[in-house]
Amino acid sequence: MERVPVLKLGDLLIVSIQIDLQDQSVLMLQEDLADAIVESGARGVIIDITAVEIVDSFIGRMLATIASISRMLDAETIVVGMRPAVAITLVELGLSLGGVRTALNLEKGVAMLKDRGGPGTAVVPGR
Amino acid sequence: MTAHGDVGRHRMEAILRAQEETILKRWLDTAGATVGGRADRGALAGRLRDIYQALLQSVGEGGDASDLRGLLADLSRAQAREGFTPSETAVVVFSLKEAVYGLVESQDDTDALRGYIWLSRYIDDLGLFTFETFVSAREKIISDQAEQLLELSTPVVKLWDGILAVPLVGTLDSARTQVVMEKLLQGLVDTGSEHAVIDITGVPAVDTQVAQHLLKTVVAARLMGAECVISGIRPQIAHTIVTLGIEFGDIVTKSSLADALAYALRQSGVQISQGPDKHVVVGLERG
Repeated sequence: MERVPVLKLGDLLIVSIQIDLQDQSVLMLQEDLADAIVESGARGVIIDITAVEIVDSFIGRMLATIASISRMLDAETIVVGMRPAVAITLVELGLSLGGVRTALNLEKGVAMLKDRGGPGTAVVPGR
Repeated sequence: MTAHGDVGRHRMEAILRAQEETILKRWLDTAGATVGGRADRGALAGRLRDIYQALLQSVGEGGDASDLRGLLADLSRAQAREGFTPSETAVVVFSLKEAVYGLVESQDDTDALRGYIWLSRYIDDLGLFTFETFVSAREKIISDQAEQLLELSTPVVKLWDGILAVPLVGTLDSARTQVVMEKLLQGLVDTGSEHAVIDITGVPAVDTQVAQHLLKTVVAARLMGAECVISGIRPQIAHTIVTLGIEFGDIVTKSSLADALAYALRQSGVQISQGPDKHVVVGLERG
């Protein structure tokens, strides 16, 4: 069973999906991410799907679920790096990922979250 | 039967060789009359002579018809370029029959008549061949043009740093929209642009299907993290869209490309100010 790593960068969490997602690994990712948000007090979650070439309604729902969980924990989710083909597929499937913000790439995603927080709010809880 | 056929064929071959000049002259006269004064007589004579030589070669023992076919294809292309219909080209080839018949008719020769029938069939094939060449050449032109049109009609241009534009021209169908969508989204990724303007000034009509395609493109761009503005909506089109009850939702629409560019610039935080050296000069009429 492959686990998707959750990386911490300042007060952001970054999840880069680089494997074919199975039901089990998605459930584990959701748990890991929720734990990590609580532990680190992260303000934002960035899900990088640059490497994802094939999507179905399952992945679409997964992204929406992760966004909802993060919102409950007061962290904003941004999906970055969606490929054109993936975007077209999601639209054809009728999934518009309501409530999830998107950015072209990781850099813009990070900038988006930084803008929102304003200067001086990047507080990393000491532990 | 085949023996008779062979005899006829040899006889015809002999006639074709012996009476070369007479037949060529008659052929040129008949063909020239068919195509009228439009054709260059000298060039036609040259072509017919070449074709005749190739024909002689191909009817001979173990003859090879590839030269002949090549020449006929050339003739067909040349005629098509000069604006002749394929039938006129075929008639030029068929008129060789008439030229030969004049010679066969004058002598009471059964073998020659048999040979004539054989030749007639052969020439029919050749005439049809010019027709086929014409059609295939025409088809190639059409498919090339369709491809070029598809390429031409979907340029993605950069208006500013981070702002792309797609000026759409012509009727939108599913195939074209797919190409536009893919090109635009790929352009967004390649240039890292967060704003795109879809200009539909050149789209003659917007129906529910076209609107659906546009909406899909905008939503797909949004999924990737870019915002689209639709511009170039003419009064009639605005009217049609409202009459059809199409909802554009929260998608920004502007009446002109300039408005859309100004909006996109504002959204991306660019400030525009008029330079001090800009003068507006108003001329006065002196009475």
